[in-house]
Amino acid sequence: MSGGGSTPYLAVQFRDMEAQTETGKLGVWLFLGSEILFFGGLFTAYSVYRANHIELFRYAHFFLDWRLGAFNTFVLLTSSLSAAWAVRCAQLGQRRGLRLTLVVTFLLAAVFLVVKYFEYSHKLHNGIAWGAACHPSAEILASLPDTARALPVPVHLGTFFSIYYLMTGLHGVHVLVGMGLFAWLLRRLPTFGPDHWGAVDGVALYWHLVDLVWIFLFPLFYLI
Amino acid sequence: MTSNAAAMEPAESYLRHGRGLRSWILTFDHKRIAIMYLSAILACVLLGGVFALLLRLNLWNPSGGLVSNDVYNKLFTLHGAVMIFLFVIPGIPAALGNFVVPLQLGARDVAFPRVNLLSFWLFAGGAIFFVATLVVGGIDTGWTLYPPYSLEESRGLGILLALTGVFLLGFSSILTGVNFIATIHRMRAPGMGWFDLPLFLWALYATGIIQIVATPVLGITVALGFLERVFHLGLFMPEYGGDPVLFQHFFWFYSHPAVYIMILPAMGIVSEVVSVFSRKPIFGYRFIAMSSIAIAVIGFLVWGHHMFVSGQSAWASVIFSFLTLLVAIPSAIKTFNWLATLYKGAIVLATPMIYVLTFFAIFGVGGLTGLFLGTLATDVPLHDTYFVVAHFHFVMVGAVMTAFLAGLHYWWPKMTGRLYDERIGSVSAWVTFVGFCLTFIPQFFAGVAGMPRRYATYASQFTVHNRVSTVGAFILASGLVVALYGLVASLRSGRRAPANPWGAASLEWTAASPPVLHNFAEDPRGVRPYDYTGLRHVSDEAGWVREGAR
Repeated sequence: MSGGGSTPYLAVQFRDMEAQTETGKLGVWLFLGSEILFFGGLFTAYSVYRANHIELFRYAHFFLDWRLGAFNTFVLLTSSLSAAWAVRCAQLGQRRGLRLTLVVTFLLAAVFLVVKYFEYSHKLHNGIAWGAACHPSAEILASLPDTARALPVPVHLGTFFSIYYLMTGLHGVHVLVGMGLFAWLLRRLPTFGPDHWGAVDGVALYWHLVDLVWIFLFPLFYLI
Repeated sequence: MTSNAAAMEPAESYLRHGRGLRSWILTFDHKRIAIMYLSAILACVLLGGVFALLLRLNLWNPSGGLVSNDVYNKLFTLHGAVMIFLFVIPGIPAALGNFVVPLQLGARDVAFPRVNLLSFWLFAGGAIFFVATLVVGGIDTGWTLYPPYSLEESRGLGILLALTGVFLLGFSSILTGVNFIATIHRMRAPGMGWFDLPLFLWALYATGIIQIVATPVLGITVALGFLERVFHLGLFMPEYGGDPVLFQHFFWFYSHPAVYIMILPAMGIVSEVVSVFSRKPIFGYRFIAMSSIAIAVIGFLVWGHHMFVSGQSAWASVIFSFLTLLVAIPSAIKTFNWLATLYKGAIVLATPMIYVLTFFAIFGVGGLTGLFLGTLATDVPLHDTYFVVAHFHFVMVGAVMTAFLAGLHYWWPKMTGRLYDERIGSVSAWVTFVGFCLTFIPQFFAGVAGMPRRYATYASQFTVHNRVSTVGAFILASGLVVALYGLVASLRSGRRAPANPWGAASLEWTAASPPVLHNFAEDPRGVRPYDYTGLRHVSDEAGWVREGAR
């Protein structure tokens, strides 16, 4: 159904590639708006429980290592840079640069998840699970700073960790989906060029949102 | 699209372009997706309607007796859940909207046809989970799924299936909203400005905003409910340290705006039909357009009026009550503009118009009784009585379903290429209206007198109310059966529809009935959707033609 002068990537419902790219971008933005509200429910839950049980949040943050969080923040910010760079490469038709930046972004996402895996497994190994299943082991309690050890273990410590696992877990799922999307872009690499880069742009926008959510999660859990 | 490519295509309707099951279930054509939605949604109405009739039969006697109380609880839960999630929310946007949006814009398809197909299959998946709920023994929580009751261990598997179903349906709804907003923004015909949009599109645009902003919160809520039930997270269940009122806030943050997902598209249909069948441009176009947006925005700030007796702070209740009453303003703006459109119009009592006239009566009552419920002081005694049941059935069934039927009859010739029988159509409209009033007006009185909702039995002084209501429900059902019969019969014996059987001015009526695969023989230019000058009725076969046009 391609008309005269159009590329093979032009879908039938669009008049030209510019309309297609712009419409695709608008669609991605709308979807991302929806994503923010999806996370918004969890941020609300965080705020409500923090307001009602500040002691829980004060106590629980001793279990989170800010150095790991900071490292992961650095990893994700760098990956956002490489994702943005990938869009630029696609627009300029630099196929080698595009491959490199996509692979780098993919690998950085993987590094993020590996760090997350070690954090999770360390906690779960020490009995720090979610909700009713949260029973910190004696060793990990002994490793807390003195100020924390003086306090009794809060009754519903698990609720904090439910929120922690939910928010970072949902974010982790998004990172995983992002890796899938970058792999998909790599498979379609030969199709991208100056007149066909909408998909790279859309995935990069998504990735920036994933990054942005983490920018909020890091201070909320690790720092304050 | 070049003109020679279009010219070489045979002028074959979308219904004939491609045959076999695969050409339907994997189609990207918005029109075929719309037909699939329509079929699925009508099947769901049938299911929900049977539940409703069983409920009404059980309420014939004060002591119930047709089904056990346990079964009654499950019936009203699934009646509500099926009707809301599988009919009134997706009904107009997904079935009629999918068909009409690109046609009214002069576009070849929606912006994202693949996403559209995905949205349909998510809907089908969600519907299957709902039916599966029935298979494993049903749920008895009410459609609101409030914890702690709904998330207790003893509720069984059904609740998990229902939550999964709602999640999928929500995802489907979000994708439809994204698609429509992008389509309306970017796919308008050349020369079609924002204020040349048919008002149905303004309504769907406002609906899309709500779908995108509110639905994800429902998604996360049911996901949390699911995880709470499986992993005991301690978010909603008090026994693990959770807060059940938080669930209510989350739930109504979606579910109140969701009633505008239901009513706004209905109002859009009314705006189209009332103008075409008054043979008069719509009165107050910009006010109607902007009131849709106003309703969408204010609708986000009123959810707390569902929780006046849930223990939220008195201050919050007062503010929510005030904000709720604000919604009445844009709603009234629409209503008065519709009535002004009728004034001195050449009113044609075709079936869609009869439905719309009954809509005015029903929506008037439904809207005004909403004021009683939005006002804090009157809501507290009326809360959880049949007054509430009657009110929301007036709006959701009376108004939304009536407008849905108006739209279905109005666009039926475009969808199928056949004209339905006007006599059957108008009989169905009047029977439906009478049945509806008989069913739900007595419930207002029962509610004011204190009859609580959601019980399988009732005090004997409400016997008359309930019997009238039950008789009315069967009249209502027979009206709907007649409507369905008239439409289905037209597929075999209906006259062939011309491109423009109504003398309407918006772009969808310049396409063939039924349209070809990509809608228009040539990409059209924008038109004024309510400008009837020059439209002339040529003959029943040729329909209406604009003078000076080809």
